[in-house]
Amino acid sequence: MRTIGYIIQKEFKQIFRNKGMLPIIFILPILQLVILSNAATYEVKNIKFAYIDADRTSTSRSLIEKFNASSYFDVLMDLPSNKMANSAMLAGEVDVVLEIPNHFERNLIKEKSATLGISINAIDGAAAGLESVYINQIIQGYNRDIRVSLMDTSHRSIKPMNISSIPSFWYNTSLDYKTFMVPGILVLLVTMITLFLSGMNIVREKEIGTLEQINVTPIKKSQFIIGKLFPFWIIGMGLLTIGLILAKLIFNTPMLGSIPLLYLYTSIYILVILGMGLLISNFTDTQQQAMFIAWFFIVIFILMSGLFTPIESMPQWAQIFTEINPIKYFVEVMRMVLLKGSGLQDILPQLLKTLAYALVMNALAVWSYKKVN
Amino acid sequence: MKNENVIEVENLTKAFGAFKAVNAISFEVKKGEIFGFLGANGAGKTTAIKMLIGISHPSSGKAKVVDYDVYTQPEAIKRNIGYMSQRFALYDDLTVQENINFFGGIYGLSRKVIREKSKNLLVELGMHEISSKLVGSLPLGWKQKLSFSVALLHEPKIVFLDEPTGGVDPITRRQFWEMIYKAADQGTTIFVTTHYMDEAEYCDRVSIMVEGKIEALDTPKNLKQQFKVTSMNEVFLKLARNIE
Repeated sequence: MRTIGYIIQKEFKQIFRNKGMLPIIFILPILQLVILSNAATYEVKNIKFAYIDADRTSTSRSLIEKFNASSYFDVLMDLPSNKMANSAMLAGEVDVVLEIPNHFERNLIKEKSATLGISINAIDGAAAGLESVYINQIIQGYNRDIRVSLMDTSHRSIKPMNISSIPSFWYNTSLDYKTFMVPGILVLLVTMITLFLSGMNIVREKEIGTLEQINVTPIKKSQFIIGKLFPFWIIGMGLLTIGLILAKLIFNTPMLGSIPLLYLYTSIYILVILGMGLLISNFTDTQQQAMFIAWFFIVIFILMSGLFTPIESMPQWAQIFTEINPIKYFVEVMRMVLLKGSGLQDILPQLLKTLAYALVMNALAVWSYKKVN
Repeated sequence: MKNENVIEVENLTKAFGAFKAVNAISFEVKKGEIFGFLGANGAGKTTAIKMLIGISHPSSGKAKVVDYDVYTQPEAIKRNIGYMSQRFALYDDLTVQENINFFGGIYGLSRKVIREKSKNLLVELGMHEISSKLVGSLPLGWKQKLSFSVALLHEPKIVFLDEPTGGVDPITRRQFWEMIYKAADQGTTIFVTTHYMDEAEYCDRVSIMVEGKIEALDTPKNLKQQFKVTSMNEVFLKLARNIE
């Protein structure tokens, strides 16, 4: 026990003496949380919208006015021709082109129907899908309006029945993406910092030669590893605390569930990450190698964690793969506890899987740490 | 008492694939002896030491260090030896005092013992005024002397020194050897490798390793007679040349 105490003391001294490291540990994560949470949004706003109005009637103008009134669209220009529209799209000046054909108003009145041409830049498929939905909503709204104004007098009797659904959004009632993102990004920064720090720490001692000196002492493997990793466990918990405080203060993230439960889960989760970091450092000789391998895992784990893209929409094999992704469980637990107010019973599956993961990871790490070659 | 062996090595071998870095070496080291372990770069000295201090598994052969077997009791060996490697291995980002505390602590010395020992040690080294300076800021010679003292902190029976005076000025080397003599006088066995042949002359006995094998082992005086030369330098050159 005393031996572990000496190692922990030494580690903390080294961490807090390293002037280059401190800002990386404490300032960068805060910046990350603030910047990413504000920037990583699913909403598509400020869509660059242009139109070709070949009709030039009050009907076509009121349709365009509808787009103008929407906060999603920036109505940029009135294009005189299809050709101009194509080149504007090609140049990236517009994302959406609405084409109102000749005789639009006349057809509506006479034939009770008319067609509109819509072109959407779909390089980003997800954004294009959303844009298409927005456009349809506006046109449908417009459709109802003109039904009333154009056909009111003659067709009142055959007005169709209208079925409408009123969705009620649970857990994130205002559909605020920040409410959704902040807990996820909190996961990200706790994970990244602890993995990088623990992964590079022991390799660093290998590089400067002090690890050999340690290996010649009667220190036990377990003592050394616990002494080495404990400070990073503390740092991880500290990061969670800073993150939660910022989430509350800056983003007013709802915190419905039990915060001690979140700490309980995180304390086990960090063990997984530290075990992973140690495993990486056992199989690498330089900090550079360790960094690259840590990056490799972090990138895969983050992109497949459900943090940015829903796991449900991944292909089957990828969904199976996410079962071994610790970040996935942390993201789930963080969102469940903070946003849904889930209790111990609800997160028990994640908790048990993470615990098993931590045991396996650390067993592997201790086993592969060799005092003797 | 003088004839008690603290290191017994028999046909100790370390092979990396087909290459035998250490090829069936055998020797004994007596208690309190200053044993010089010489050899050109790449002769296998460091590999041999690593097997003796329990951080590298031998491929074959026997070795006992302080009565413990290198295969089965490496941790018992580690409690009883001190080691100073070629590379400076104290923590540059800790102070002199912190390094002493740390290494004393992980060898299981009590706080009281550490306090007393470090006080004496700092006075002897003349470092008590700079005990709160970072080790990284000290000159190399000071670092090496500190490193040696730290290796002796837990009163090991044997100290392994792997090129302790590499890159150190002659005055500091002289002081360093005074420290070695003092430790040997107190009964500590010294196992030392060096490239300086004048240092070889200070040793009680010297072995010379060439390409993984021990080609000569005797007192410096006997070796000089055997090879009919006047200095250890010539002994070394003759041996190394013969092999080529």
